[in-house]
Amino acid sequence: MKAIWIYEKKLQYPVRVSKCDPKLAKMLIEQYGGADGELSAALRYLNQRYSIPDKVIGLLTDIGTEEFAHLEMIATMVYKLTKDATPDQLRAAGLADHYVNHGHALFYHDAAGNPWTATYIQAKGDPIADLYEDIAAEEKARATYQWIIDNTDDPDIVDSLRFLREREVVHSLRFREAVEILKEYNSTKKLF
Amino acid sequence: MSTVEKTPSQWRVYRSYHSPFDPCSPRTRYFNVPPNVLQPFQTSARKQFAPHEALRKGTLWPEYYSPYPPETRGGEAE
Ligand SMILES: [Fe+2]
Repeated sequence: MKAIWIYEKKLQYPVRVSKCDPKLAKMLIEQYGGADGELSAALRYLNQRYSIPDKVIGLLTDIGTEEFAHLEMIATMVYKLTKDATPDQLRAAGLADHYVNHGHALFYHDAAGNPWTATYIQAKGDPIADLYEDIAAEEKARATYQWIIDNTDDPDIVDSLRFLREREVVHSLRFREAVEILKEYNSTKKLF
Repeated sequence: MSTVEKTPSQWRVYRSYHSPFDPCSPRTRYFNVPPNVLQPFQTSARKQFAPHEALRKGTLWPEYYSPYPPETRGGEAE
């Protein structure tokens, strides 16, 4: 399999943060290093694709790559919300335990501080099992975006989060289509 | 601004048992049924958003657009 990435030095969708609200960073980190976050998504799809039937390898490559673009957007939001915060402000935002370990750096953990783990994802090597996991993962990511949107009134952040949520809807759609394609697999084979 | 047609609501409403001894006032519950669930396979010859609007919305297809927060929930105003 040939894998080539072209990195364009700009975000998939603009990220603007208009409200100084470090507390929101703590919630956004769920989509950075959480179970249903963008890191999990990217690593899940880019790994599963090696053993999936040819017809859907490209789909997993496309979506897995896009998840890294989403990861960058979340990272940008978290960074903007925390880079100028003093230790006092971070403590008030519930980020003191993050600060003592990571300072102003980002790290792959969820909103409750649990570090990212490969046990969040799976590659079963069974195409239907893997695609159903992927569909479930997209619906869970969509729901996570809803609950984060419910927790902010910054219209600029909401704008970016709504875009990310819609992408999960589209990804789920495309994984559902992939299941339909696999159902048809044998009927397209030439028999003699 | 939006070219989305009035489509059936993507929101479902439900209520759950509320005891007179429950400490908080009851709330109506909602959940989202996004368009990928209702129509899990794209067909051809569909309406498209204008390119710039599609880039902003995250989809080219009005019928796969799922707004959040919803304009209305289960027919009720937000
Ligand atoms: Fe996704």
